[in-house]
Amino acid sequence: MSSASGAATAAGTKPKLAIYWAASCGGCEISILGIDTKILDVAAAFELVMCPCIMDGKVRDIEQLEDGAIAVCLFNGSIRNSEQEYMAQLLRRKSKVLVAFGSCAHEGCIPGLANLHDKQAIFENSYQETESTENPQRVRPQTATTVPEGTLHLPVFYDTVRTLDQTVDVDYYLPGCPPESPKIWEAIQAIVAGNLPPKGTVIGSDTTVCDDCKRIRNVKKVKQFKRTWEIIPDPEICLLEQGLLCCGIATRAGCGALCPQVNSPCIGCYGPNNDVHDFGARLMSAVASVIDADNPKDINAIISQGIPDPVGTFYRFGLAGSLLRRSKRPAGSDGGH
Amino acid sequence: MAEKVGVYVCHCGSNIAGKVNVEEVAKWAGENLQDVAVSRDYKFMCSSLGQKMIEDDIRGEGLTRVVVAACSPHLHEKTFRRACTNAGLNPYLLDMTNIREHCSWVHRDMDSATLKAKSLVSAAVSRVKFQEPLEPTYVDVNPATLVIGGGIAGLQATLELADAGYHVYLVERSPSIGGHMAQFDKTFPTLDCSACILTPKMSEAGQHENVTLLTYSEIESVKGSVGNFEVKVRKKARRVDYDACTGCGICIEKCPRKVVDTEFEAGLGFRKAIYTPFPQAVPRVPVIDADSCIWFQRQKCRACEKLCPTDAIKFDQEDETLTLNVGNIILATGWKPFECRDIPQYGYGRLANVYTSLEFERLCNAAGPTNGKIVLRDGKTEPQSVAIIHCVGSRDVRHNEYCSGICCMASLKFGHLVLEKTKANVYSFYIDMRTNQKGYEEFYQRLLEEGMHFVRGKVSEITDAARMPNEQGKLIIQCEDTLMGRQRRIPVDMVVLMGALEPQSDAKEMGLKCGISCSMQGFFTERHPKLDPVATMTDGIFVAGACQGPKDIPASVAQGAAAAARVQGMITKGKVMVEPVVAKINEEACSGCRICNNICPYNAIEYDAERGVSHIITALCKGCGTCVSACPASVISGAHFSDQQIDAEIEGVLWDVIRPKSAVVSAN
Amino acid sequence: MSQTNFEPKIVGFLCNWCSYRAADLAGIARITHAPNVRIVRVMCSGRVDPTFVLKALSLGADGVMIAGCHPGECHYVDQNYKAMRRYHLLKHTLHAMGVEPDRVRLVWASAAEGQQLAEAIDGLVADVKKLGPLGWSQNWEENGERLHALEEIINEHAEAMEVHA
Repeated sequence: MSSASGAATAAGTKPKLAIYWAASCGGCEISILGIDTKILDVAAAFELVMCPCIMDGKVRDIEQLEDGAIAVCLFNGSIRNSEQEYMAQLLRRKSKVLVAFGSCAHEGCIPGLANLHDKQAIFENSYQETESTENPQRVRPQTATTVPEGTLHLPVFYDTVRTLDQTVDVDYYLPGCPPESPKIWEAIQAIVAGNLPPKGTVIGSDTTVCDDCKRIRNVKKVKQFKRTWEIIPDPEICLLEQGLLCCGIATRAGCGALCPQVNSPCIGCYGPNNDVHDFGARLMSAVASVIDADNPKDINAIISQGIPDPVGTFYRFGLAGSLLRRSKRPAGSDGGH
Repeated sequence: MAEKVGVYVCHCGSNIAGKVNVEEVAKWAGENLQDVAVSRDYKFMCSSLGQKMIEDDIRGEGLTRVVVAACSPHLHEKTFRRACTNAGLNPYLLDMTNIREHCSWVHRDMDSATLKAKSLVSAAVSRVKFQEPLEPTYVDVNPATLVIGGGIAGLQATLELADAGYHVYLVERSPSIGGHMAQFDKTFPTLDCSACILTPKMSEAGQHENVTLLTYSEIESVKGSVGNFEVKVRKKARRVDYDACTGCGICIEKCPRKVVDTEFEAGLGFRKAIYTPFPQAVPRVPVIDADSCIWFQRQKCRACEKLCPTDAIKFDQEDETLTLNVGNIILATGWKPFECRDIPQYGYGRLANVYTSLEFERLCNAAGPTNGKIVLRDGKTEPQSVAIIHCVGSRDVRHNEYCSGICCMASLKFGHLVLEKTKANVYSFYIDMRTNQKGYEEFYQRLLEEGMHFVRGKVSEITDAARMPNEQGKLIIQCEDTLMGRQRRIPVDMVVLMGALEPQSDAKEMGLKCGISCSMQGFFTERHPKLDPVATMTDGIFVAGACQGPKDIPASVAQGAAAAARVQGMITKGKVMVEPVVAKINEEACSGCRICNNICPYNAIEYDAERGVSHIITALCKGCGTCVSACPASVISGAHFSDQQIDAEIEGVLWDVIRPKSAVVSAN
Repeated sequence: MSQTNFEPKIVGFLCNWCSYRAADLAGIARITHAPNVRIVRVMCSGRVDPTFVLKALSLGADGVMIAGCHPGECHYVDQNYKAMRRYHLLKHTLHAMGVEPDRVRLVWASAAEGQQLAEAIDGLVADVKKLGPLGWSQNWEENGERLHALEEIINEHAEAMEVHA
């Protein structure tokens, strides 16, 4: 990487901060604003050079900066088109510290579920098949359009959605969809103080949601998985024991067990714990281990009835970052079975 | 990481070199695999010269890891581990990969076998770098032994050990030891009186200074591991003071309550509410059966209490739980008879004169309900013809596919007894006659000469619906005679069903308590069917007798003695090595989700509610690694088979398909 | 890729006690079988983490075999049942990802079943040959369109800079 070497901040000027979004929803920025009046401290400590969500800024200005001129870039969103990839490379080059901020940049998140299909299938659905679409000419977005003034370009849409670290070198990860505001503040404080962990660290705790969950946990045996609308769970007892596929067992702590607290199973937005290579595989392994059936017929009945959408269950946030590659499903098939 | 890996590729004469280009594999490994300091091929790696080569390189080249590509690690892993130890390298820093059994011996084409060998070597090199030095631990072996089951197999094991000077706890669930053999009259093929050869052994066990007899007791739980098991035994309330009772029998004589004895007498005789199963029972101390005792049912009577000369009757006695500490356990829990009612066309339970083999044993027994007279259910009529049906519930896909082994011989014995005691004709309906032990075939010949009739064929039905005048009032055996090639109907007075030997109904439960597995049928699984027939996959747990598979008396005795010999070996050695391949929980990072808690069949994982974390009891862990792969937070690590090691092995084994790093970006 | 010359790469996870020994026995009895399955030894089929299977497939393997002791005969009492449960859940997920069910297979083989294991290996290899390469790692790569598009952006921005400068 060329970034770190060029680090130079002129004496007296504030370190530069960039916040960028690629394939994301804007929730991460809202969560940054959720640190409330402390945002003023951030403004006092940093010069915000880019944040398309809340202020105007030109790519050109960033391009003109020296490499490594930005002290910290909080990059949210996954990478699914050429513009996003370009921006990831640019910001990587210009930033001393690049943080994969939030689940999309960290492990692909909801945009990553597009890897269940390829570009053709997605376009077919978006521009043709939906009920509200009327497109008899089968118009599709073109990357280049010639108009009298010249040629206009749109980014190239990729077949595969990637995480930030599958695109460029990443220094730190801040997990969560979105990262919880107190955690963001902790991270910013650490950055300001220069109190940074080793490169590659996922900034968060190294326990799971269970650690923060107050429910009573017993030895587990699951005879039937239930969907959330099927039962009103007992508020005192572990949700997984009640048949709800709570991902808390495999999900990094950090949110304070927000969902289980309100009687809703964890959906795994904080991603895997340290040393876990594949969140979904881990969760599958754990969950399957406690299925209370000993023959393929019963096991399959429990699985197919209770977990109709396995990718959406185990890889809701982590498909792009997982070991699963893009789906092999032929275009047009819906994958139901 | 800068490990120095030595790679040693064995020719095994031409066994490997004939199909794998070993020179090329060694050269390739030396040139292409990272961190390989030395790579050699040699004629016989396991020879002393081969081993010396490795030892010299460890010393001379300063190797920190060793890979041997040769035969199965099950054959020579110990050899090469020893070589490493000799040269001062921790033996767990060796990895052996199998390019003989898994490669040269099973592939036809040299190129593909060589490619596979390269992949296996690549995997080993990549894995071995992540291996860690481990130290086995040694634990003392408690010289006391627990024998579960007081039948002939358990008795034999008990006496062998006790005579050798070691303490034995013999636990039996019924009120007396002796097992099924005590019910028999004669034993085949010598026709010894069963009681005459069994009862001396029973009383010897009862009086032996090294034997603690725990009858009328059940195993509650087994904890611990080889060398140091902690066993909880529930002594069911006998309601008779064991120490005070002299076994005089007055209580039994005076007890006014008589009930059908469904156990020892197989439902043909009676016993009292206070009883010993049979007169020669050991111990002689009776038990009170609360379900039939008048005092327990109607709060009246207490005759036994009034008449007991030693005040031994204790109506308020309760179950008692004992904790035994033993080093080894021998399971000799025996068998149970097939439920003949499950084959309704044979009429057992519906047609009065259809008997089970155990009933018939009692009928023949001089001490049995008829004093040894073979008579019909009316208690007086001697049968004029008796049919013995083989393979009832055995060799039958609807019930048990296996052969129960003993029934042919038992049938011959019954035939002999009927011919000896009555004038009846005896028919044996068999599929095949299996008489393949010492003296058995001769016994079969003897019965042929004595005039027993043999009909080869499986009986389809036993009925009392007569079609012919000569069938009136008889039981008709409908069967295809496969030697004559036609259907036959043979009217008889009495039928004996030779029911299958089945595992005890709670065998699986017992297996689970002890941490051993059962076959599909429910017989305990031995460590090796040929070479290790008394040990099990769990160290320190041995099996003997029919609980391991259907067996006759000589085989049960032999296995009981063999199990005892194995236990003696363990005791004499005094210490056992515990493999360091175990799992460990990083308790700092454990969130206490409790997924792993019911995964371990050895109960090695316990939950510390106070701290909210799970914990592995190392001594109980057998190293299967199932909890490692179940932990959703990846905080359980498995020594010698860690995620890192296996991941590296997967990468190594796929060396020729992995695409350059830039193209394959794995998850963080 | 020509299907006739396609030699699938398959990773086999074999348990130490039954299936690995079954493979040993196949060797001792010289029961020839396809060389495509590369064996990784684990102590128990219960050790096989779905991660291992996915890792092998994502690195370029065309199929995976998991082999253990027969149900009821596990060296570790009943851990192979856990392998069975995980296998079915993993297959469910792989199916949803469009991976053909025949590529990943759970096989039971006792230490005495060298013949059966060899047949299972041949069967899996034949089935995967029919399916062709999985190509999961290639599927992750983008075609040249991506690099071209990136270049375009850089050029376009450079031109824009010139005009405004």
